[in-house]
Amino acid sequence: MISKDTTFWGYRRENGRVGVRNHVIILPVDDLSNASSEAVANNIKGTLAIPHPYGRLQFGADLDLHFRTLIGTGCNPNVAAVVVIGIEDGWTQKVVDGIAKSGKPVVGFGIEGHGDHETIMKASKAARELLQAASEKHRELCKIEELWVSTKCGESDTTSGCGANPTVGSAFDKLYGVGATLVFGETSEITGGEKVVVSRCRTPQVAEDFMKVFNRYQDLINRHKTSDLSDSQPTKGNIAGGLTTIEEKALGNIQKIGKKCLVDGVLDKAESPTGPGLWFMDSSSAAAEMVTLCAAAGFAVHFFPTGQGNVIGNPILPVIKICANPRTVRTMSEHIDVDSSGLLQREISLDQAGDKLLDMMLRTANGRLTAAEALGHREFVLTRLYESA
Amino acid sequence: MIHFVLHDAKDTVAVAVVEGITAGTDATAWIMDEDREITVRTTQPIPIGHKVALSDMNTGDTVIKYGIDIGRVVTPIKKGEHAHVHNIKTKRW
Repeated sequence: MISKDTTFWGYRRENGRVGVRNHVIILPVDDLSNASSEAVANNIKGTLAIPHPYGRLQFGADLDLHFRTLIGTGCNPNVAAVVVIGIEDGWTQKVVDGIAKSGKPVVGFGIEGHGDHETIMKASKAARELLQAASEKHRELCKIEELWVSTKCGESDTTSGCGANPTVGSAFDKLYGVGATLVFGETSEITGGEKVVVSRCRTPQVAEDFMKVFNRYQDLINRHKTSDLSDSQPTKGNIAGGLTTIEEKALGNIQKIGKKCLVDGVLDKAESPTGPGLWFMDSSSAAAEMVTLCAAAGFAVHFFPTGQGNVIGNPILPVIKICANPRTVRTMSEHIDVDSSGLLQREISLDQAGDKLLDMMLRTANGRLTAAEALGHREFVLTRLYESA
Repeated sequence: MIHFVLHDAKDTVAVAVVEGITAGTDATAWIMDEDREITVRTTQPIPIGHKVALSDMNTGDTVIKYGIDIGRVVTPIKKGEHAHVHNIKTKRW
């Protein structure tokens, strides 16, 4: 299905990275700037506001992650240009400067001393100019190895581990073979399968790095837990779908990394990989948090296997849903991009299921809207590490 | 028709992949890793996605899926019965 010669039509950005969408985003630095950002996006049709609830009084590593996520979102190659709006100039400029390092057009506006009206007027003028410039960007032929693909599953059930996740694994094995850049994560949802991941790490150092973040997350859970987490991990939806324990869920989860590809390195949350290969990102297992972190790390297409039918999307990262549960495919068909249920009746082979997903990946990269995009799913959820100051 | 799938021949549970499996079904289970089939007779209804026990298991036994430990038995389970949160718990956390 794919080889090193496979190409797709992407947008080449100023820093050389390749995107598959051409968004002009209106990015609030903080909760207070959501209203202005949404007003600008309402004025200038075709721009996209990305509201969120945080950005005030954060400090330390939690603040660093906030900035890394916002700046990474702006730098993502699916984004053509960015208008940043914050309550004050200091942190607004910090986000603008971070995004500007990618070479991308970016402007910022602080609200204090001007008010919403004046900010919206100035930001709308800038947004219109950036949108019109972006609309003249053309797609060009790009090599498959230039595509960055992330994965995270959600509302899993047992069919995820038998069908949808192995489908992603087959596609990942093939993408790995052609030199693509790949990521998986969900640190808590490796619990019970950590030895499998360790056995797939390329070097002892990578294995050590992985176990360090794995153990840190275990400590966090043990410190805060009030039960065996049987109401949270697996989720109520997982249990309704037949998943019984975190170990069972984890072993299904790691089917997503296939059978051949090796883990080449470990990333912090929203951190960009430094080279091709398969990376593990230390991350939450909550769907929108993880997908938001993948987008902030620079990934351009996302594989999202589901069993019971998670409906998640992302503002800038196309989320391709894969499902092998025939009931979910029937009852929630508008959310499913790739039906892998034939795998469980031996109607198609795993190799064919992987190719079917890769075909949808290329169509999506070329511009086809995913189900989540068509339905307007734009979940953007920032990971918080602890309380505000 | 494949009623259940299991990953590894050592697995002690298998997953229902069709809807409407009733008690008393002489079911076909497909071992994915070896691409061969076995049969199991259900003694309880098994909803799609839920697991059937492939052998008798006692309290404290380890449940195997993917060829790996997925938890411990907390209430005895007979072959053909529904295996889920009422008779299996995590060993973690």
